[in-house]
Amino acid sequence: MTAAPTRVPLVDYLVLGDEPHLVAHECTACGARFFDRRNACASCSGTEFTTVPLATDGAVRAFTIVSFAAPGVPVPYVAALVDCGGTSVRANLVDVEPDADHVALGMPVRLTTFPIGTDEAGTEAVGFGFAPA
Amino acid sequence: MSDDVWILGIHMTRFGKHPDADLIDLASEAALGALADGGVTMADVGVLAAGNLMQASSGVGQQLQKQIGQTGIPVYNVANACATGATALRTAIMAVRAGECDVGMAVGVEKLSGAGLLAGGSRRPDSATWEPHGRYGAVAAIDGRIGTEIMPGVFAQVGMEYGHRHGGTSFELFARISEKNHAHSTLNPLASYQKRFTLEEIMGDIMIAYPNTRPMCSANCDGAAAAVVISDAALKRLSGEQQRRAVKISASVLTSDPWTEGCQVLPDVNTLTRNAAATAYEQAGVGPDDLDLVELHDCFATAELVHYDNLMLCEEGGAVDLFESGATWRDGRMPVNVSGGLQSKGHPIAATGVANVWEVATHLRGEAGDRQIEGARVGLAHVIGLGSACGVHILEKAAA
Repeated sequence: MTAAPTRVPLVDYLVLGDEPHLVAHECTACGARFFDRRNACASCSGTEFTTVPLATDGAVRAFTIVSFAAPGVPVPYVAALVDCGGTSVRANLVDVEPDADHVALGMPVRLTTFPIGTDEAGTEAVGFGFAPA
Repeated sequence: MSDDVWILGIHMTRFGKHPDADLIDLASEAALGALADGGVTMADVGVLAAGNLMQASSGVGQQLQKQIGQTGIPVYNVANACATGATALRTAIMAVRAGECDVGMAVGVEKLSGAGLLAGGSRRPDSATWEPHGRYGAVAAIDGRIGTEIMPGVFAQVGMEYGHRHGGTSFELFARISEKNHAHSTLNPLASYQKRFTLEEIMGDIMIAYPNTRPMCSANCDGAAAAVVISDAALKRLSGEQQRRAVKISASVLTSDPWTEGCQVLPDVNTLTRNAAATAYEQAGVGPDDLDLVELHDCFATAELVHYDNLMLCEEGGAVDLFESGATWRDGRMPVNVSGGLQSKGHPIAATGVANVWEVATHLRGEAGDRQIEGARVGLAHVIGLGSACGVHILEKAAA
């Protein structure tokens, strides 16, 4: 009998382990990258994909500080678009004051992971964000 | 391509709270108004396209027919995000252009007052156990944990990305765009809000998603708008007065997002708008410099800025300079959103696309009252819906 996993990633494109990182499905024909399960490539309609690791450092290309959100979402938080070596990643910025004096366009950031909670089976889910580098 | 298609009649309800009118009341008011404006009746209409988003599965077009005339004509119920109204209009235009009928009607209607944050506002609760779910294999809700799905946040990032690429943006700059549109709305009796805000009031209001404060976000409200379109040949059989007031549809374009890097994680509202604008200018045989007014999709103050650029009202990267020059105020060289825009006139989603056309058409007819742009002959109406769809219509005053 195998033991139940004790940690799971928030999404399946987050790879945990000693060096947590994100992965993308890359179209072998045109190089377009996607995070979700694919039926075909949105860029060229190709159906062959490989899995590629993404750089864990990047730069903030756009951000917003969300002050009003759905019930259950802690606010304020910083949502951002991060350029990781030419691949755009959507994520929260963490370990930073959520105000416009502490977040800047172009700011260098680095991937980080953190627990987001433990379920009834004792499994811990792990999320990711980007912190100032 | 067949002959020109014209707007024969067009109407919009007041935008705002209509607690005593249901969806079909509003649609009926707009539709009957457009028919009366054009001097025709339901018996003349050969196709109906009814746009509505929030109750899209309820057969709004057929419900409308039951209230104003069940004539047996084909009905298309249209839903296409915030471009729903423009899509309905285009559906009617396509039917007329294809020769299926001489007269078509498009209606856009929405009951939205009191609605909160529209997308991301219904995040599913986390389950008791972490089970992978959906295309990302997510074990819990993503909105708020992996960026934001709320519209004010998405469009905030769209504006910030423009600023990152071209420079010159700031919280204050975006707030000043909102200041302009709220100032414009004081002249529009059909707008949800007709209050002129000071810059300090706009910047000091409740922050929704930086840099968009509450007055910088589109106003949820109720409303409807409708247009009757007619073929060139059929228009020529009508009275001189009907021909004089008809407005030429010089371009009707609908696009969707082509794939671009990053469009899966932050919707690319730029490329499909640029593509729509380029096609529309080519169809109409006019350029941006020929435009006397523009109604564009300022769902948030941050969005208006990028669409100056996307609609080629300025050179690429020049949106901040265009705004700083004062060009987009109603007394400027390129008046934008003289109606008050979505931020102040309001944004009853499916009505917006037709309402933007109504605003432009009303100026071209010289019937815009206190807010008339004098001598307006050519105008552009733009909407965008996330998902993504973009509608651009270019209208011209009749030659007579």
